[in-house]
Amino acid sequence: MAHATESRAPGFWPLATVFALFVLFMYGPMAVIFVLSFQGPEGGLTFPLRGLSLHWFRQLAEGLGTVDIGAAFLRSLMLGGVVMLFTVLFSVLAGLAFRKKLSGGNALFYVTVASLIMPSIIVSLGIGLQFRLLDGALKWLLEAVGATTMLEEYGTALGLFTSALGAHLTWTLPFGLLIMFAVFNRFNPAYEEAARDLGAAPWQTFRHVVLPLIGPSVVGIGMFGFTLSWDEIARTSQAIGDVNTLPLELQGLTSTVTTPAIYALGTVTTVVSFAVIGVTVGLAMLLKKR
Amino acid sequence: MSSTSTATAGPVADSPNRTLHAWWQAAPFTLVFVLFFLIPLGLIVMVSFWDFNEYELLPAFTLRNYFAIFEGCYTLTEHGDFCVSLSTYLSTLKFSLLVWGITLVLGFAVAYFLAFHVRSSGMQTALFILCTVPFWTSNVIRMISWVPLLGRNGLVNQTLQGIGLIETPIEWLLFSDFSVVLAFVHLYTMFMIVPIFNSMMRIDRSLLEAANDAGASGWQTLWNVIVPLCKTGIIIGSIFVITIVMGDFVTIGVMGGQQIASVGKIIQVQTSYLQFPLAAANAVILLAVVLMIIWGLTRLVDIRKEL
Repeated sequence: MAHATESRAPGFWPLATVFALFVLFMYGPMAVIFVLSFQGPEGGLTFPLRGLSLHWFRQLAEGLGTVDIGAAFLRSLMLGGVVMLFTVLFSVLAGLAFRKKLSGGNALFYVTVASLIMPSIIVSLGIGLQFRLLDGALKWLLEAVGATTMLEEYGTALGLFTSALGAHLTWTLPFGLLIMFAVFNRFNPAYEEAARDLGAAPWQTFRHVVLPLIGPSVVGIGMFGFTLSWDEIARTSQAIGDVNTLPLELQGLTSTVTTPAIYALGTVTTVVSFAVIGVTVGLAMLLKKR
Repeated sequence: MSSTSTATAGPVADSPNRTLHAWWQAAPFTLVFVLFFLIPLGLIVMVSFWDFNEYELLPAFTLRNYFAIFEGCYTLTEHGDFCVSLSTYLSTLKFSLLVWGITLVLGFAVAYFLAFHVRSSGMQTALFILCTVPFWTSNVIRMISWVPLLGRNGLVNQTLQGIGLIETPIEWLLFSDFSVVLAFVHLYTMFMIVPIFNSMMRIDRSLLEAANDAGASGWQTLWNVIVPLCKTGIIIGSIFVITIVMGDFVTIGVMGGQQIASVGKIIQVQTSYLQFPLAAANAVILLAVVLMIIWGLTRLVDIRKEL
């Protein structure tokens, strides 16, 4: 190593210092709240630690004020799962479509990129507006046909698996498509041709040749789908109606909760994110080996 | 079904059939963006011209909402300030430029280190992943993680008081412009690193050797070879960072202690009061500003290419 050090290009050490400080900057604060979430019952939001305990995790399980953390947790988990499923399915299909002659594909690509860089508050406002106008139209329609009982029962079309799901997909699908592009740019079509020459049907070719090759990346798309949905706030905020996802509850709690319970919540959500990343990496490596 | 026809029909005849087949595959993807992106955007533009009262939206064609936003903006206020809308836009723009400058320099330095100083590709991948993992964790958590450090009794103030540098805690560390910019840099430098690193990895290393052989200094190589070749990555990263900060209301809300105004926050507040036409008009203006910035950024590249 000593020889390698001598031959380092000029600028290595200053840049290595910048890099190390950057990593510290990225992980340091997170490590701090991780430690502080195990604060003793008497402890506060800052150092010093007054003993170590699981007190604040217990507090969290009992609920913070009026907020049912468990329910929000489950809602976010379910929404993340559905978003993951749709993101994988739609992105892979669209990726396959883009490899063929897709007239108008450019327009679709630009719309996708526009959705990626559009300020989230605008997307959120648009979807919220859309569903409220839809509510208005449906109520008008129910009144017109005289379905009074249905009219009384009708609340809103806004919801977790309608508007919020749509809002999340406008954020996760662009990432999915870009990953598919990156995958197919490096993909050697010779394998497919070989399969076709051997008489495989298109579905067989996909199932037995293409899918195993792109498998690890498909798992990666699933991870993007889940983790991006799991932490999403801006696009969901105006497009969800009465219920809230976990990050939205968390955002609300930042101004009301003044105990380390909020750090405990932070630790729990981060552990979920890391678990998903871990499972993904493991699965991708397993698929690669096969 | 169509696959059998493609197998038997000639290459000319099957072309429209194949594109139809492809569109079937792209249909669910396309439908999502039509339903949840294009139609909502259209509705925003439409409703920005509508009227409203306390109870409902009134279909109309009026410029009232736009006039309401810029009310009193034709002259300065008696204190010599701009009107609320204009000063909010300027403040948001100020945050954007500041965060853009910092993330660009920091992101470029980190990407440069990874691309040109780390030699083994395994190490490169590992360090790159190390930089991107925080992206997959919650933004709000990453924001509140600054509280124990920057708060009134936080680690920074404790340390500075401990070594006797200050006597009373510094108040402007948290819930201030400073903490907002810090959080933005913390959250979004990744959006600069990834595209710039990607551009750098595509640079043919022999170009750098050629520059070196021709007698260029390190700085000259950096400025005349590497930076121009990274231009695409720099522009992509810049577009990401600027559009995110321009539309932000979460980070400014949490890190500004709900005290700092931003365009996104105005839209959010108006939406929560169900003043949809006003919020929509603000969204249209914000969109126009963002598009102008993106247009300017892409022009910037072309101009440089012309010279």
